[in-house]
Amino acid sequence: MTAAILETRALHKNFGALAVAQNINFSLEPGRFEALIGPNGAGKSTFINLLTGLVPPTSGSVILDGQDVTALPIEARVKRGLVRTFQINTLFNNLTVAENVILALDEHHGQGWRPLPSPSRRRRIRDEAYDILGRLGLTPWGNREVRELPYGRQRLVEIAIALALRPKVLLLDEPAAGIPSTETGTVIEVLENLASDLAVLIIEHDMDLVFRFAQRITVLVQGAVLARGTPDEIADNETVKAVYLGEGIHA
Amino acid sequence: MPRPTVRVEPVKRLSVPHPGAAAPSTWRGLAMGRTGSDLAIAILLGLGALATLAFGESYWLLGSQVAITMIFALSVDLLVGFAGIVTLGHAVFFGVGAYSVGIASVRLGWTEPLLGLLLAAAVAALLGAATGVLVLRTRGLGQLMLTMAFASMVYEIANRAKPLTGGADGLQGMVVSPILGLFDFDIFGLTAFLYTLAVLAAVVVFAVLMTRSPYGRSLVGIRENRVRMQAIGTGVQKRLLSVYTLSAALAGIAGALLAQTSQFVGLNVLHFSLSGEILIIVALGGAGRLWGALLGAVVFTLFKDRLSALDPAYWYFWLGLLLAVIVLFAPKGLIGLVDRLLAAGRPKETA
Repeated sequence: MTAAILETRALHKNFGALAVAQNINFSLEPGRFEALIGPNGAGKSTFINLLTGLVPPTSGSVILDGQDVTALPIEARVKRGLVRTFQINTLFNNLTVAENVILALDEHHGQGWRPLPSPSRRRRIRDEAYDILGRLGLTPWGNREVRELPYGRQRLVEIAIALALRPKVLLLDEPAAGIPSTETGTVIEVLENLASDLAVLIIEHDMDLVFRFAQRITVLVQGAVLARGTPDEIADNETVKAVYLGEGIHA
Repeated sequence: MPRPTVRVEPVKRLSVPHPGAAAPSTWRGLAMGRTGSDLAIAILLGLGALATLAFGESYWLLGSQVAITMIFALSVDLLVGFAGIVTLGHAVFFGVGAYSVGIASVRLGWTEPLLGLLLAAAVAALLGAATGVLVLRTRGLGQLMLTMAFASMVYEIANRAKPLTGGADGLQGMVVSPILGLFDFDIFGLTAFLYTLAVLAAVVVFAVLMTRSPYGRSLVGIRENRVRMQAIGTGVQKRLLSVYTLSAALAGIAGALLAQTSQFVGLNVLHFSLSGEILIIVALGGAGRLWGALLGAVVFTLFKDRLSALDPAYWYFWLGLLLAVIVLFAPKGLIGLVDRLLAAGRPKETA
């Protein structure tokens, strides 16, 4: 088994008396595509926020690529390859789609402090941005401001920005949320074509999507890991079924 | 109320073909694609400066003031218009720059003007970095209050430190050496005008390049969406602190120029009303476009000069009227008007 690219050790978070993450041990290997599911309020988003550094843990640690990053701020973890998308679009709405990606590319290439423009570099970066947009079918939208795009397309811009950062670990927070079911096809296509050495953890309510793609599923309930296994194992797990009764879990 | 949207470029560009070479090159969302207005204003201001040099002997002193205000306005636009930091205390850096060269000259006999500019920039930058750490912890109204608070504290310190600053009487007897040892400041103000113009030109070139650089664009990114900037790996606080410090240095240079060209420093350079005025200038011209702030500085300073001559007692009324009209009818400032004028002069493309 290859070494985990992302790992948590007894990661714990209390909000007052409420434990929203209970000693979670989790690991993700390069090239894996895994899902995190659980009923509303199970602590999925909190777990993501603990991973990215938005929320500091009460105890426990986050290990990224063999290094303890628990004390590092969000941006430092991003620089080390831990990248997320947001459940609710968090984009530069007044900038064009290409500009959104260019900003990410600039930061990724460590150019964010560069105080002088360089036309040749800028052309290269723009080409790079359009390469990414091309992979997501966003090329025709490149010069449109994000707010002019339909919501489904905006969801893809979230992914485009994440890909521009060349992640080692990609955390997808409900990438299909808010997209009409007729349009989820594009998202699925994108997910299928992600780089093979990329580790992906997806939070998703769309069980079709989860059971179609995930190699392993972690079920979170009340901040604790209830079950962890392959889609088949999870689908047959009686406890999971009980938790999801009425929510229609099916493989 | 829906705001009228102004566009120079046609919005509809549904199918933009790849590859990159043919891909649109303008940095459109940052409003930097509207270089037409920038160019028009640059030409207008350049011609104005030339005409003043050639024919406007009696306006050279005023010209220096305009140029100084333009530098100050640029420094504020970088903060307010680009990085989205609000300030009602930027006069503190302008004033500290002015007092730095003033005190260096009067108390220490250090009269070299260019070194004086460097000194002013350094002192203002230090103060900017020190207060910025605290100011940038807050946002919005809190930020506004903090900038005001620091500015009033420094104002009172300058007021009390009479042996150093001259207090309310001002700092008298300032001497400035010839620039580069060659050009002495003359009583017509020609040297002063050319000097401030040269510094202005350098600052404008720097600001234009900077705002088009990855660094400058990252500031806009922070203004537009701070959470997203952090999520793409930007150390937002450091980036903001750097521009706050830079802006303070530029304001300090503007203040130093005022001290050098008028050879006097009074407490008014630190006063709250100056902080207010410079913010008004940026809003008047149109924030976030550089050339808007520059145009605003010219229009405001000239208006103030004319109005206060025509109607010394009530000129603030007319200024208020001008501002009200601009805000109501040109919410994007004077540069927004220029955008509209240029758009109207162009054959309309329908998509």
